[in-house]
Amino acid sequence: MMSESAGVQAAHAAHAHHEELGFLRTYVFSTDHKMIGRQFLFLGLLMLVVGGLLAMMMRWQLGWPETPVPGMSWAPEPYMFEGIIPPQTYNMLFTMHATIMIFFAVMPIMIGCFGNFLIPLMIGARDMAFPFLNMLSFWTGAVAGVVMLAGFFVPGGHAASGWTAYAPLSASAIYTGVDWGQNLWNISLIIIGASSLMGSINYITTIINLRARGMTWFRLPLVIWSLFITAILLLLALPVLTAALAMLLADRMLGTHFFLPAGGGEPLLWQHLFWYFGHPEVYVLVLPAMGVTSDVLSTFSRKPIFGYRAMAMSMISIGFLSWIVWGHHMFLSGMNPALGTAFMMSTMVIAVPSAIKTFNWLGTLWGGSIRLTTPMLNGLAFVSIFVIGGLSGVFMASTPVDIFIHDTYFIVAHFHYVVAGIVFGLFAAVTYWFPKMFGRMMNETLGKIHFVLTFIFFNLTFFPMHFLGVAGHMRRIWNPLQYEFLQPLQGMNQFISVSAFLLGLSQILFLVNLCWSLFAGKKAEVNPWHANTLEWAAPSPPPHGNWGEHLPVVHHGPYEYSVPGVEEDYLPQTTPHALPVTAGH
Amino acid sequence: MWDMLSWLPENVSTYGGEIDSLFYIIYYITGVAFLLVAGAMIAFVIMYRHREGRRAKYLHGNTIIEITWTIVTALIFIVLAFMSQPLWGRIKQEVPPTDLQVRVTAKQFNWEIVYPGPDGKFDTADDLQIDNELHVPVNRAVHVFLASKDVIHSFFLPQLRLKQDAVPGRVIQAWFQATKTGKYEIPCAELCGFGHSGMLGHLTVHSPEEYSKWIKEQWPSR
Ligand code: HEM
Ligand SMILES: [Cu+2]
Ligand SMILES: [Cu+2]
Repeated sequence: MMSESAGVQAAHAAHAHHEELGFLRTYVFSTDHKMIGRQFLFLGLLMLVVGGLLAMMMRWQLGWPETPVPGMSWAPEPYMFEGIIPPQTYNMLFTMHATIMIFFAVMPIMIGCFGNFLIPLMIGARDMAFPFLNMLSFWTGAVAGVVMLAGFFVPGGHAASGWTAYAPLSASAIYTGVDWGQNLWNISLIIIGASSLMGSINYITTIINLRARGMTWFRLPLVIWSLFITAILLLLALPVLTAALAMLLADRMLGTHFFLPAGGGEPLLWQHLFWYFGHPEVYVLVLPAMGVTSDVLSTFSRKPIFGYRAMAMSMISIGFLSWIVWGHHMFLSGMNPALGTAFMMSTMVIAVPSAIKTFNWLGTLWGGSIRLTTPMLNGLAFVSIFVIGGLSGVFMASTPVDIFIHDTYFIVAHFHYVVAGIVFGLFAAVTYWFPKMFGRMMNETLGKIHFVLTFIFFNLTFFPMHFLGVAGHMRRIWNPLQYEFLQPLQGMNQFISVSAFLLGLSQILFLVNLCWSLFAGKKAEVNPWHANTLEWAAPSPPPHGNWGEHLPVVHHGPYEYSVPGVEEDYLPQTTPHALPVTAGH
Repeated sequence: MWDMLSWLPENVSTYGGEIDSLFYIIYYITGVAFLLVAGAMIAFVIMYRHREGRRAKYLHGNTIIEITWTIVTALIFIVLAFMSQPLWGRIKQEVPPTDLQVRVTAKQFNWEIVYPGPDGKFDTADDLQIDNELHVPVNRAVHVFLASKDVIHSFFLPQLRLKQDAVPGRVIQAWFQATKTGKYEIPCAELCGFGHSGMLGHLTVHSPEEYSKWIKEQWPSR
C-alpha cells in the first residue's frame, strides 16, 4: 500500500511543478488543500460573527424584555418594531443562531479548515486523495451558506422552529407562519450535507491511503485520529439527516404526512431520525477539538501524551457508542419509559471514554515542563470547560433528574459548555497552526489578553445558566417576565446578558490579532513551537505539493518529547533515532 | 445563593423529594470530581511550569493507573444508573390507582382541561372544560391524560417536578400527588410557536374542604 500511494504522490508532484496557476485557480477555485482550508476558515469566522450577533440580540431581549435593542431601530417590521423584538423574531433568532453556529461556524472551521489543512500535512501527503472533490465540497458549502442567509429575506421570515425543527411545528407553515424560511433552511442543510459528505469521503480515503512511509496507524497524531473518526461519523450520520430533511420538506411542499398525525404520520419519527443524526453530530463537533487539545497539550508540556492508545481507543469507542444514545434527548417525548432506562444506561457508558480522555490530559501535564503559550492556555481552557460540560451531562443522563431539568436553561448551560466550549479548541488550533498556515506568528500578548477575557466572560455567561435551569427557567422563551416564578431571576438574566456582551466584545481582540498578524506578524520559522509532527517539517507556509522533491519518511510516534539521550527536548517524526525502552507502552 | 441547588423551586409533590435527593447526590459527586480535576490541573500547571534546566519526564502512560481510573469511573456511572432506575420506574411505570382524572389537551397556546364531572367518566354530559385552570385536592393522586391538537407542547409543573410532552396523535398518561395547598404555574416547556412564551396555566391545590366547595360551584345541580 505504501509504495502504491507513494507512486500516486509522485505523479501529483510532477503535476504540481509545471503549472503556474492564475489568481482564480489559486485563491478562488483552488484544489490545494491548504487554500481550501483557509477558505473554510474565513467562511467559518464570518459566520461565527453573524451567529454571535444573533446571540447578542437574544441576550438583550432576555435581560431587558420588550425594550428596543440599541442600534437596531432601522430593522424593518415585522421583524422588529422600532428595535423591539417580537416573539416570532426571537424564535427565529435562536433557531438561526444555533443553525449557523453548528453547521456554518464550528463545522467549517474545526473540520473544513483544520481537516483540510492538517490531514495531508500531518500524514505526509501532497494533497487530499480527491483534490477536485475537495474544491467542490467547499463551494457546495458556500452555496448552502448563501441559501441559508437568503432565508432572512423571504416573507414570513426565517425558520423559527428551533435547530431541532421538531415536527409537526416544522412540518407545516400553518403552525409557525414561516413558509419559505423553513423550506430554505431544509434545502440549505441538505446541500451542506452533500458538502460534508464529499469532505468526509475525502478525509477517510486520504488517511487510509496516503500516509507517508512509516506513518503507521499508531503513529498518527491524535488530531488525525479525531478527524478520521469524525469523518466516519459524518459519513454515516448525514444520510439519515438528509433523508429526514427530505421527508420534512415533502410534508411541507408535496402534501405527504410523514410527520403529521392528521394523515397518519408520526411526530416522534422525526425526533428519532433527528437525534440519530444529532447525537453523533455533537461528537462530530467536539472530537476535532479534543484532538487539537491532545496535540497542543503534549507539545507545550514537552512530554509524550499520556496513554496514546487509550486516547485513540476512547475516541473509537465514542465512535461506536454515539449511535446508541440518541434516546436521551427523548426521555419525556412520550417514548416508552422502558426505552428511557435503556438509553440512560448507554449514556452512562459513553461518559466513561470522555472521562478517560480528561484523565489522560491531566496525566500529560503531570511531570511536564509546561509553557503557557496562547495555544496552550486555550487548550487547558478547553479541558476545564469540557469537564464542566461533561459533568453537567450526568445530571441529564439520570432520567428522574432530567424530568425536571429537561428543556430548561440547565440544558442551555450544558450544551454551551460542550458545544460553545469548542471555541477554546478553535482558538487553540488557530493560534497553534497560524504560523504554518500563513507563515507569520500571531501576537502572543494580544492572544493572552484575549484568552483571559474570553475565559472569564465565557464562564460568567454560561455558568449562571445552570442556576436559572435549577430554578426551572425554561429555554426558548421570549420573555421570562411573563411567569411569576421566574420574575425573581431577572437580575441573574441581566448579569448573564452583560457578561455575554463583554464576551462578544472580547472577540474583537481576536479578530484584530488575526488581521494584524496576517499582514504584519513576525515571519514564522519552519518549526516555531519545536513540535514533532510532520507539518512542522514543511516550510511555513508549505508550497503547493507540500514537500518538494521527496516525501517525508516517518520513524516513530508523534509525541516523542524530552527523550533521554536526545539533546533537544523534541524529536521530529522525520528524525531517525532509536527510542529508549520504557515501562508502559 | 452560591449553593446551586438552593435555587430549586419549593417541592410540593410526593415523588419530588426523591428527585431532589438524587439531584443532590449527583451534585455532590460531580462537584467532588470537578474539584479534583480542576485542582489537579491547576496544581500541575504550577508545579510543572517550565523552568530553565529542568526536563519533562519521558513517560508514555501507566497501565495500572489507566485501568484503575477506567474501572472507578465506570463503577460510579453504573451505580448512578442503578440509583436512577427505580425512581424513574416509580414515576413513569408504577402509576398509583386513583379516581381523580383529568384530560389536558394542549393547543396553540392554551391548556384545555377537561374534568369528567361527578360521574367520574369522560365523554358524558357532565364533563366540564376549563381552559388553563387545573383544580385538584391536596394529598390525592391525580391522573393526567395528555394530548395535543396541533404541535408538541410540554406540560410542566416546576414545583411538582413533573414534565411530560404532549404529542398530537397520542394520549400520554402522567400523574402527580400534591402535598401542599396553593396556586402554581403550568408553563409550556416545549417550543410550540410564537405564543410558546407565555403559554401558561395555573394549578390550584385545594384543601379537602375547599375542594368540595369548588366541586359544588362547578356542578351545582348535583
Ligand atoms: C457569544 C456566545 C454565545 C451566547 C451569548 C449564546 C447565547 C444563546 C442563547 C441565549 C440561546 C437561546 C436559549 C433559549 O432561549 O432557549 C442559545 C442557544 C443555542 N446556542 Fe448559543 N450562544 C453563544 C455561542 C454559541 C456557540 C459558539 C454555539 C455552537 C457552537 C452555540 C450553540 C447553541 C445551540 C445549539 C443553541 C440551542 C438552540 C435551540 O434551542 O434550538 N452557541 N445560545
Ligand atoms: Cu445526545
Ligand atoms: Cu410551548
